[in-house]
Amino acid sequence: MNLVVVVRQVPDLIEPLEVSASGTALDYETASFVVNETDDHALEQALLLKESGGGTVTVVALDYGEVDNTLYTAAAKGADRIVKIARADDTPPSPAASAAAYAQAIQPLGPELVLVGIQAHDELDGVVPPLLAARLGMPYVGVIRGVKRGPEPGAVSVCKEFPGAVMARLSVRLPAVLGILGAEQPPRYVPVSRIRAAMKTAKFDEVAGAAPPPASRVEVCRLYPPPSGARAEMLSGTESELAARIAEILAEKGLLK
Amino acid sequence: MTQTQDLDGVELLEQLGKTGDGKSPQGCMQCGLCAASCPLGDVMEFPPRKLILQAGADHLDQVLASPAIWMCVGCYTCSLRCPRDIELADRLWPALRDQAMQRGFQPPAELQETFQNVFKYGNVLGKSPRQRLDWAKDLDVRVLDLSKEPRPVEVLWLVGCYPSYYPRNQAVTRAFARILTELGVTWGVLGAKEKAVGECDRMFGEEGLFETLVEENRKLLDRLDFDKIVTLDPHAFRALQNFYPRFGAWYPVQHATMFLAERLDKLRPLVVKPIEATVTYHDNCCVGRRAGCYDPPRSLLGLIPGLKLVEMARSRENALCCGGGGGGMWLDAHIVAHGGRRLSDLRIAQAAQTGAGVLAVSCPYELSRFEDAAKVAGLEGRLAVRDVVELLAESMDLGERSAS
Repeated sequence: MNLVVVVRQVPDLIEPLEVSASGTALDYETASFVVNETDDHALEQALLLKESGGGTVTVVALDYGEVDNTLYTAAAKGADRIVKIARADDTPPSPAASAAAYAQAIQPLGPELVLVGIQAHDELDGVVPPLLAARLGMPYVGVIRGVKRGPEPGAVSVCKEFPGAVMARLSVRLPAVLGILGAEQPPRYVPVSRIRAAMKTAKFDEVAGAAPPPASRVEVCRLYPPPSGARAEMLSGTESELAARIAEILAEKGLLK
Repeated sequence: MTQTQDLDGVELLEQLGKTGDGKSPQGCMQCGLCAASCPLGDVMEFPPRKLILQAGADHLDQVLASPAIWMCVGCYTCSLRCPRDIELADRLWPALRDQAMQRGFQPPAELQETFQNVFKYGNVLGKSPRQRLDWAKDLDVRVLDLSKEPRPVEVLWLVGCYPSYYPRNQAVTRAFARILTELGVTWGVLGAKEKAVGECDRMFGEEGLFETLVEENRKLLDRLDFDKIVTLDPHAFRALQNFYPRFGAWYPVQHATMFLAERLDKLRPLVVKPIEATVTYHDNCCVGRRAGCYDPPRSLLGLIPGLKLVEMARSRENALCCGGGGGGMWLDAHIVAHGGRRLSDLRIAQAAQTGAGVLAVSCPYELSRFEDAAKVAGLEGRLAVRDVVELLAESMDLGERSAS
């Protein structure tokens, strides 16, 4: 099976995020990047599919943040091919521009199945996967937790999660784009010696970025941390006073007896 | 690095015989002293003796798949007692774990996260490198950050992950900063540039991660001018003394207790405040059993007026490990799930048996492990856990707990 995985970089929440001087975007100068968690699951799911019945896994990523580390790790885990899309500056593009760039890079690969994380924590409305499917002219199913081959040739069986703890098993004819919430098992640990070996041997296919799509009709007017609501009680005092107050609150809420 | 990929059991043992410190594991006579000495040997599917037997009998896959290979906490008792001088803790266990990971066996989840934290952030706690010096905020002595002001110093203090970030340990860190300053030593730290030394990663078979850390630490250390490295972390001491030289990275290094014990004459007039307490000392495994260094922490405690030192039945080379070494800090759940127990829970009972009111320690892991164990055992308020450095600072009237 010809599998393609989209892997995105997202700001690492280990550092407090800061808003840039413009007041409409994150300050990427002060941010560091990590791999998007659900994309890591998409990669794991692709590797499991490959291991269960053969195929190739191609990882596609935009070149910003610490993408090289992420891509070497993907190669060490078993990705067969890495495609890195050039990017003029070191920031994530808009969802529409991202989808256009991924589609342009993925189209020539002729994938049977494209796996992408359901959302990224800098893009919680999760529009990239369906936009990408639309650009590739493929069907899209999201909130997937587990993909298996079959039941018939040219299809996969996916487990989709619905609100209210309802799960559905769907058969999806290929080619298709899947928005992955979780793989069948946690993303694997790969020893650093393998990553170091990949740094020496893995080759990236570097491709040009897509022409930017028409300007979005949505514009960010202001980006800011949420103000604390009037109902929030801010605690202060010594450690033991704080602990006593927390215990009191838990007791008031009936969580402590 | 030692490439141990795709070896069978016999080849692996042969290779260890050629590259190890001690004698070849193939010289094992199956006496079982290691398994009998191991504090978790009774619950391991493969204690050291059986590891060697089964690996040699070509049952390596069975060994690598066993939870047992993730149960050693690096206490070194087996290595010390082995009559054939086989380096079990330092070589055999890491090699098997490396093999396991190379073949796709997954280490326990908590450990994976710790490795990833070290790889990405350079510290085991997954904290921002920018917060490395948070312990020094509002400190009453000057902390020289050598990564910003590279000046010649007598002591390059590698602060370590827990002492930098963990609130309980930060009190000890500040105490040591005050003592160094009081002694008139010129000292500096690496600030945001400091990274884990990597002893636990190596012990846990993450040789590639360890190599990465050695390379990065060397780049930084080789640019700086210092007489010696001093650290509060016995694991960092162990790695710098024994494992870094294998990569050609040789630095004079002392554990904080060794450094201070060389200055008893200078310290003697400074210990002005008596501490009226009965104290028992827990030997950590790296400075104690592994480096054979038992007297320096005791001589420091002996300086303190009013302090009465009592020994546990198991002390010095027979001390029971706290269970935190070699990655054990992140393995309690794994070990308990496979029939083991937290060694700190056993050890705290041994400390309580002495009748001491204070358990003195000298390893950053031990503070939280023994304080937790004291709470579990219902000893809170009766048995305090204090670092030797912290007690010394208090007696020098430099401690932040001096009011208590």
